[in-house]
Amino acid sequence: MSKRPVRPSNAHDADRLTPAPPPGRFLDSPTFPKQSKVELGNAVQRRNLYDAMRTIRTKRVGVTSEADDWEDLRLAGEAIKNRTLRHLDRYLLQLEESLTAAGSTVHWARDAEEANAIIVGLVNAALATPQGDQASAREVVKVKSMATQEIDMNEALEEAGIAAWETDLAELIVQLGHDRPSHILVPAIHRNRSEVRQIFLDEMGRYGRPAPDDLDSEPVNLAAAARLHLREKFLRAKVAISGANFAVAETGTLVVVESEGNGRMCLTLADTLISVVGIEKVIPSVADLEVFLQLLPRSSTAERMNPYTSFWTGPTDGDGPQATHVVLIDNGRTKVLADPVGRDALRCIRCSACINICPVYEKVGGHAYGSVYPGPIGAVLTPQLRGVASAVDASVPYASTLCGACVDVCPVRIPLPDLLVHMRHKVVEAKAHGRPHADDVAMRVTGKVLGSPGVWAATTKAISGTGAVLKKGRVDHFGPLPWPLSLWTNARDVPAPPNESFRAWYARTHHKDGSPR
Amino acid sequence: MTSARDEILARIRASLADVPADDETDVPWAYGQPRRTDDLLDLFEERVRDYGATVQRVTGHLGATVVEALLAHGVTSVVLPAGLDPAVVDAIAQAGIVIRGDTPALSRATLDETDAVVTTCAVAGAVTGTIVLDHGPGQGRRALSLVPDVHVCLVAADQVVSDVPEMVARMVPATRAGRPITWISGGSATSDIELSRVEGVHGPRTLHVLLV
Repeated sequence: MSKRPVRPSNAHDADRLTPAPPPGRFLDSPTFPKQSKVELGNAVQRRNLYDAMRTIRTKRVGVTSEADDWEDLRLAGEAIKNRTLRHLDRYLLQLEESLTAAGSTVHWARDAEEANAIIVGLVNAALATPQGDQASAREVVKVKSMATQEIDMNEALEEAGIAAWETDLAELIVQLGHDRPSHILVPAIHRNRSEVRQIFLDEMGRYGRPAPDDLDSEPVNLAAAARLHLREKFLRAKVAISGANFAVAETGTLVVVESEGNGRMCLTLADTLISVVGIEKVIPSVADLEVFLQLLPRSSTAERMNPYTSFWTGPTDGDGPQATHVVLIDNGRTKVLADPVGRDALRCIRCSACINICPVYEKVGGHAYGSVYPGPIGAVLTPQLRGVASAVDASVPYASTLCGACVDVCPVRIPLPDLLVHMRHKVVEAKAHGRPHADDVAMRVTGKVLGSPGVWAATTKAISGTGAVLKKGRVDHFGPLPWPLSLWTNARDVPAPPNESFRAWYARTHHKDGSPR
Repeated sequence: MTSARDEILARIRASLADVPADDETDVPWAYGQPRRTDDLLDLFEERVRDYGATVQRVTGHLGATVVEALLAHGVTSVVLPAGLDPAVVDAIAQAGIVIRGDTPALSRATLDETDAVVTTCAVAGAVTGTIVLDHGPGQGRRALSLVPDVHVCLVAADQVVSDVPEMVARMVPATRAGRPITWISGGSATSDIELSRVEGVHGPRTLHVLLV
C-alpha cells in the first residue's frame, strides 16, 4: 500500500471553492535525486507504472508498425513544425488575422501572470453578462490543457473567487485528491482504483453531486460516477476554458483531440469559450492536420484514432459558444526559440511517447520532475522555459541514462538525448559562473590520465589491484562509496575492475611482434 | 509601453536572428493521398467494431433498420436534426418513439432527457474507423450528437474513404468556410484509471453506425 495518505489534510479547504492542491511551488521542489527517493517508496505508483507503461508501449508498437509510412509521417511532422517555428512571427500574425476574421478575440500574454490576469478579466466579464434573472455560478469548466497547468491558472481563478472544474477523468481525480498530475496524458496514473474510489466517496459531495453510496472500485463504475458528477456542471456551464492541440494559421481553426467527450461538452455547451494556446502550437494549413492526426493518436494513447477530435473556427451561429477568445502565451517559449539547439524541443506535440518509454520515468513517476512536464521532454523543456537557477531545474537534465529510446518514438523526431546533454552543459556553465566546476576538474584529470601512456598504465595497474582484492571477497561491484565518490555511486553501482588491464593481458599473451604466445 | 503582442513578436524575431528570411523548410510529404486498402467497407466495419461500437450494413428498408437499432438500445425519445431522410423520420414516428425537433433549439436540459440522436455524416475513413460530421443538414448542431446517450449515425457507402489524408482533404472546404467539424471514432472512452479502457464517459456511450 502507498505510504502517502489518499488525501493530505488541508486546513484552508473551508475558505476555498475548489480542493486545495498540495502546498508549495514547483520551483521550490527538491532536486530530482532527492525526490526520487521519496517516490520510489510509493509502491502503488511503482506497480501502476510498471503495468501501464508496458501496456501502452506494446500498443504503440502495434499501431505505429501498422502504418507502413510511419517514418515518412515523422519526417513530415518534424518538417512542418520546423517550417513554422523558423518563421514563427509570420505564422502568428497570420493566425491572429484568421482568428479575428473568424470572429474570435485574440489576446497575447508574455508570461503566466499576464495570461492569468487576462483570463480572470474575461471570465469576470462573461459571468457579469445577465443570463435571464438568475445569477451565474462563479465557475468555469475546463478541458484538459497543459498550458493552463503550466501557468497555474486554476489557482489564479480560485484567488479571484472563480471555481475552475477539471472535467477530464484523470484531472478530476487529481483535483479532488488534492494532488498534482504525474503524467501529461494519464495524470492520475499514480493512483489505483481503490484510491480513486475513496477520493470520489470523500470529495465529490463537497463540490457537487456526491458519488453513489454503493460505489465500488470497478473503473467502469468510477467513470459512471464522474459522468453523473460532472453532468450538472456541463449543463449549467457559462464559461469553458480549453487549450488547443493545434492552431491553424490559414483559417484560425483550433483543434482539440480527446477521448471522453468532456472536451466536446466544454467546447459546445458553454456560452463563452477561452482557449489558452502556447505560441508554438501554430501550424500553417488545414491540410497539415492530416500528418498530425495520424502521428498524435498513435503516439499518445496508442490508438489508430482517439474517440473525439473537434475543430472550431470562431463562433458558429446557433451552435456552441457565441464568444470565442484565444490567449496566445509566450511564458518562456521565446527563450527556448533563441537557442538554435534547444529550439527543437518546441516541436513537441505533447503525446507522451517519450515519457512512456523512459526507464527512469517508469521507476520514479512524474512528481519528482518538479514540473507539469515530466519525463525526457520535461527534462529538456522545463529548464529551458524556466531557466536552470532552481535546484530542481538544474537537476532534471541528469534524470536520464541517455539510453536514447525516447528519440526513436518521438513523432516529431526531437533529439532528446542530445538536448539532455546540451542542457547538462548549460547547467554546468550556469553553476560555474566562469570558475572551474567539479565536472571540469574531473574532465581535466581524466584528460591527463588518458593523454599519457605512462600515467594510464600506472592508473590501470592500481585499479586492477583493487579489483583483485574485491573479487577475493566475492564482491563484483562497488556500492555506495564515501564523499566525493558518493556523488556518482549513490545512484549507480560500479562494476569491480578486472584483475588485469587489456594492455597487461596483451603483454602476457603475445610476443613483442604481435604473434600469440 | 510596449504591448505584449509587440514584445512577443520582437522576442521571436530576436530569437530567430540566425534564420535567413528566405529559409523555407521543405515538407517531404504528398498531401491528400488515398491509402491502398483492400475492401474499404469491410475495413471500415472492422475498425469501427474494434472500438466497441456497433456497425451494421443496411440491406432492407432504412427506416425500419433505424427503428430496430433505436429499440434495441431501449430508446423512447429521439432528437432528429433538420434535413434527415423523411422516410426515416416517418418510420420512427410510426414506431411510437417520441421525436423532438431542434427548431427552435432544444434546451440543454431537454436534450439531456432525450435518449438518442440520429444523424448522417460528412465523410468516413476506413483505416481508423472514423466518422466525421461537419454539422450540415441531417447532422444538426454539435450538442445534438453529444448530449443524448445513443448516437445512430447513417453513413453512405460512397462517403467512406481510405484514411485520414482523404478525410482531411474532404473537410478543407468546410473548415475554410468556418464550420465546426467533429471527428468520432467509436463511443466515448477513457483509460484514465490504471490504463484500463472503459467505453462510455461523457459523450454518447453507444455509437451505432448504419452503413447504407
